[in-house]
Amino acid sequence: MIKVEALTKRYGAFTAVDDVSFTAAAGRVTGFLGPNGAGKSTTMRIMVGLTPASSGSAAISGRRYADLPNPGLEVGVLLDASAQHAGRTGREILAIAAHTMGLPKARVGEMLERVSLTDNEANRRVRNYSLGMRQRLGIATALIGDPEVLILDEPANGLDPAGIRWMRDLLRDYANRGGTVLLSSHLLHEIEVIADDIVVIGNGRIVAQGTKTELLQAAGTHVRSADPDYLARALAVSGVTVTRSGDGALRTDADPALVGKIALDAGVALTELRAADGAGLEEMFLELTADTQREGVAA
Amino acid sequence: MTAVAIEKPTTTTRIAPKRIPTTRVVSVELRKMFDTRSGFWLMASIGILAVLATAAVILWAPDDELKYSTYATAFGFPMAVLLPMIAILSVTSEWSQRSGLTSFTLIPHRGRVISAKAIAAVLIGVASMLVAFAIGAVGNLVGTAITGTNLTWDITFNDFWLIILANVLGMAVGFMLGVLIRNSPGAIVAYFVYSLVLPTAFAILAELQGWFRDLQPWVDFNYAQSALFNGMPSGEQWANLGVAGAIWLVVPLTVGLILVLRSEVK
Repeated sequence: MIKVEALTKRYGAFTAVDDVSFTAAAGRVTGFLGPNGAGKSTTMRIMVGLTPASSGSAAISGRRYADLPNPGLEVGVLLDASAQHAGRTGREILAIAAHTMGLPKARVGEMLERVSLTDNEANRRVRNYSLGMRQRLGIATALIGDPEVLILDEPANGLDPAGIRWMRDLLRDYANRGGTVLLSSHLLHEIEVIADDIVVIGNGRIVAQGTKTELLQAAGTHVRSADPDYLARALAVSGVTVTRSGDGALRTDADPALVGKIALDAGVALTELRAADGAGLEEMFLELTADTQREGVAA
Repeated sequence: MTAVAIEKPTTTTRIAPKRIPTTRVVSVELRKMFDTRSGFWLMASIGILAVLATAAVILWAPDDELKYSTYATAFGFPMAVLLPMIAILSVTSEWSQRSGLTSFTLIPHRGRVISAKAIAAVLIGVASMLVAFAIGAVGNLVGTAITGTNLTWDITFNDFWLIILANVLGMAVGFMLGVLIRNSPGAIVAYFVYSLVLPTAFAILAELQGWFRDLQPWVDFNYAQSALFNGMPSGEQWANLGVAGAIWLVVPLTVGLILVLRSEVK
């Protein structure tokens, strides 16, 4: 379990991480979602002691990271897959990690197999690795100590679609076995398909958090009719505020049952009525970060 | 590609991990000095250059100069350059190559990692000097055998340790610059300024300003170190070394360590 409490990091007048609190629970995948520069990486670096916090605390399994006697055996960390000595082979990088943690050499081969790096690839120097291969090597380094907690910053970056699928299955399986997974991404879809819990961050502040189901519910209803204007008026009369999507569909925070009832009473034939899902969360993400992200309202 | 089953991450019977022993941290740091192509060749060049320097003495030194101290002087030059480079790179590569992100995460106590690097550097320095002295000794035997001159072992046991100490001090300067600057090219340039430009500047100053001549041994670290190559230093020379070393080594190293402990690793 990871518990972050009132974490704040200031750089002079700029507050990169502003009073961030959340919990990543065991047995669940927690997605840390936010646009680039929102403070995800800084928060993660503070968690593992690479960046000192201005105030607040982060605890892993109840202890400060620096108090873990052999952190690699308890927390698997991947912050930046490219941050490796370019002159070392992939195998050597894993071997150093295993050596540091005091693990048997045989673990190196096992991990290479687990992340599907061939012997030939493992013996190449990291400077010749693609980003996807570096990510696999980074995942292997994180997993080699068989930790209970994983902290991964943008692990899917650079992976091909099959690799993303592989990563998703791996992390799902890991959480199902009781592990804690915290992964960050600026891509909503990535988080949506894998996370159980979602923490959304924008400009250093947490703007939403909850289970994926909760956040999806909050996203409301997607409804379509042959006469969207009439439907919109009918909904408005009943006190349901709607927003129009470009293609004539309507979105509202009300739940689908209520929207269906209003449409029936108004005598409007619906062509589509469902809980807003993927697109809903995307809109939520854009809305939640609209006033804080670079693209501003235009997004 | 499907996920391979992972062993249970959470079990109630996990053995509580023990603190990583310092010996292991040191052995990891030693390993990291050899396991890249550049690191390997830097290490190999110690042996190679010691052999070349020794061979050069046999080939070109006049017969009456074929004594052990000549060999020691000859391999002393490459050692004085290579050893500090090894010390610099062992520290700066964590930043320049960004491997520190992993190193300082696996061992979240930078002081432990840095001191392990220092121990590893000293071990490498002493071992390298022993290898160089051994190669020089073989050269001395071969050289006199070829020329038929008398074998001269004109390096006393004291000289031997003082030369090793001097080289370890040179390494310490490199290490200090690595910790302070944390950038490979920057620290290497700084080392040459430190070991070439600074002594020249002090020499000129001493030449021109009388008042500085008496002060020089106390503030010129290179000057103070030169005493180590001329037999056993006197008590005052040791004191010179201590004072100049405090100014040029201990103080900047302390500043560097404080910065390393406080800085962000990115």
